[in-house]
Amino acid sequence: MAETGDLLHVVTNDDISPGRRAFGKAIVWASLALLAGTALVQTLDQSGTISLGLPNWRPTLYAYILFSVCLCWSQVLVRGEQGKRVLFVLPAALFVISLVVFPLIFGLIIAFSNWNLSSPDGRQFNGLDNVRQMWADPFYWNALGNMIRYLLAIIVEYAIAFGLALLLNAQIRGRKFFRVAFLLPLMLSPVAVSWMVGKSMLELRFGPIARLARFLGWDNPTFFSSPEMARFTIMVLDAWTYIPFMMIMILAGLQAIPKDVQEAARVDGASPWRGFWEVTFPLMLPVSITAILIRIIFKLKLADIIINLTSGGPGGATDSVTSFIYREYRDRSNVGYGTLLAMVYLVLIIIFMTVLMKVADRWMRPKY
Amino acid sequence: MTDQIFHDHPHDRPARLGWYASRLAIYGMLLIWAAICLFPIFWTITTSFKMAPDVMKGSLIPWVDFTPKWLGWKSLGLSPDTIGSESTVRQEFMVRFMNSTVISLTSSAAAVALGSLAAYGLSRFSYKFLWMRNPDISFFFLSQLILPPVVLALPFLVLYKELALLDTRIGLILLYTLSVLPIVIWIMRDQFAGIPHELEEAALVDGLSIWGAFLTIVLPIALPGMVAAFILSLVLTWNEYFFAALLTSTHANTLPVMVASQTGSQGISWWSMAALSFAAIIPLIIIGVLLERYIIKGMAAGAVK
Repeated sequence: MAETGDLLHVVTNDDISPGRRAFGKAIVWASLALLAGTALVQTLDQSGTISLGLPNWRPTLYAYILFSVCLCWSQVLVRGEQGKRVLFVLPAALFVISLVVFPLIFGLIIAFSNWNLSSPDGRQFNGLDNVRQMWADPFYWNALGNMIRYLLAIIVEYAIAFGLALLLNAQIRGRKFFRVAFLLPLMLSPVAVSWMVGKSMLELRFGPIARLARFLGWDNPTFFSSPEMARFTIMVLDAWTYIPFMMIMILAGLQAIPKDVQEAARVDGASPWRGFWEVTFPLMLPVSITAILIRIIFKLKLADIIINLTSGGPGGATDSVTSFIYREYRDRSNVGYGTLLAMVYLVLIIIFMTVLMKVADRWMRPKY
Repeated sequence: MTDQIFHDHPHDRPARLGWYASRLAIYGMLLIWAAICLFPIFWTITTSFKMAPDVMKGSLIPWVDFTPKWLGWKSLGLSPDTIGSESTVRQEFMVRFMNSTVISLTSSAAAVALGSLAAYGLSRFSYKFLWMRNPDISFFFLSQLILPPVVLALPFLVLYKELALLDTRIGLILLYTLSVLPIVIWIMRDQFAGIPHELEEAALVDGLSIWGAFLTIVLPIALPGMVAAFILSLVLTWNEYFFAALLTSTHANTLPVMVASQTGSQGISWWSMAALSFAAIIPLIIIGVLLERYIIKGMAAGAVK
């Protein structure tokens, strides 16, 4: 990838007239001034200094969009060929910055305030009260603990996914059928899964899985009554949806391994078992680590199934951080506290992922 | 010596037996997992055709255990005898269905457009923005992937309220585009890196501009990758529940929200729930069966370098 220098060298003689350059600069500053002006007027309107009776902040939004368009356009006007290159990345960058960075900054402000959306008082800055409340909130720590348990389940998911990928990579008939069948759980929405499997198939009286469990000698197959069992059920459902994802990444890795490496191992007299552990598995390490890292990222967002199936119960035993914050907001409609919890979660995730990626990087490198 | 040509050596016979045993084990495991994957879908389809007593008995096989009836589909207004008449449930379902379709198609298209451009730029030119160079910019885009939706959810709730974007399609489209953008960039970066840049150089020498070369030369080659990214985005946005549940209430509800809101009521009517769930997943099942190779291509990108 192009780390240094352009891969495409274009020699163009940009003759940008001073007028064009001036115009390009002018539209940026003019639209920026317009944006600032609109924002100022709206702020004054909100605080009651002047009254225009604007119902919402839409005018500022439109001014912001106009400013973004002018910024992109002026790149071409001012910088010519170089500007056209910037135009490839700039729209996406502006989009992400406006939708992530601004809300994050805004979120930091709400995180330190008491803001009940349903009360008329509006936002009140309350310093570190939310932090203190979080520190004393056993349910939040419990949810964080649950996340660790959910993350550990990935090891089992990975083993199953690897096994399935090996099966699909073997010489079999009807590979396309099996591949499609194995892929389908990934296509189903977690909400539908939590209904189809969680509510209907685990139903105590007639659900086929419950009946199977009874047939196998479990008298009272309740899947959500004890904390351990409920957690386990959630893990299984989530695994069912996402195993195809890891399986396909591993399968792609397996297919990229040259066949002669395994053949060489076989000629040298390695049993299939040793051949797997000493040839295939080490070769698959980079792919495996990528698959697991991505799976961890997805797992950290786990919420839909929990919200729909147990809503955290029994007694918060199945709560993930996301589902806990969702309930916290739904029950008390306090955005301040919920945002603080989410921010703390984000910080923890960033630390965790950075360490993990460093470790994975170091672990992968000496092999090659 | 000669008889070895015509007969299996005694040593080879157990090996052949072992070969059959391993075949049997492989197909056995494949079939078991296929059943695990497909049974819930089968269960949902059959339940949508069951009457109350059939559900309670837990009947499995249609026409053997029970006689299929259009009960579930009738309650949605989608059975043969109700499809012609007016039905408020069907209207609501169609509104949600259209919401889901419009939102997921638009946001996937937007993400693929923005993401492809950015990925192409990052794979061909070197940028410098403040201290950030290409790897940093790439990382900035990809790092959005670890951002959990819950961090953005509440700030967006407040922002959207101020901007009157709550419960609108455009509000959800913006968020969904944002959430799939890193995945698109990840896939497309891989795609563009695989296209030799001599192609564009030739085009540039022949007098095309950079954008002309991108649109007429590179884009057609990268099309399969873009389709893969588009379909993967479609799957993710169609199934998204968290933002939709928080940010919509009556107008812009998507199908997952509709499915979820039915389950809360007491005395679930299993057949109509099954019909609704099945109607919600059928578009993706069709996509999965028909376009499976694109999905696999999309997910495999980046896994293998």
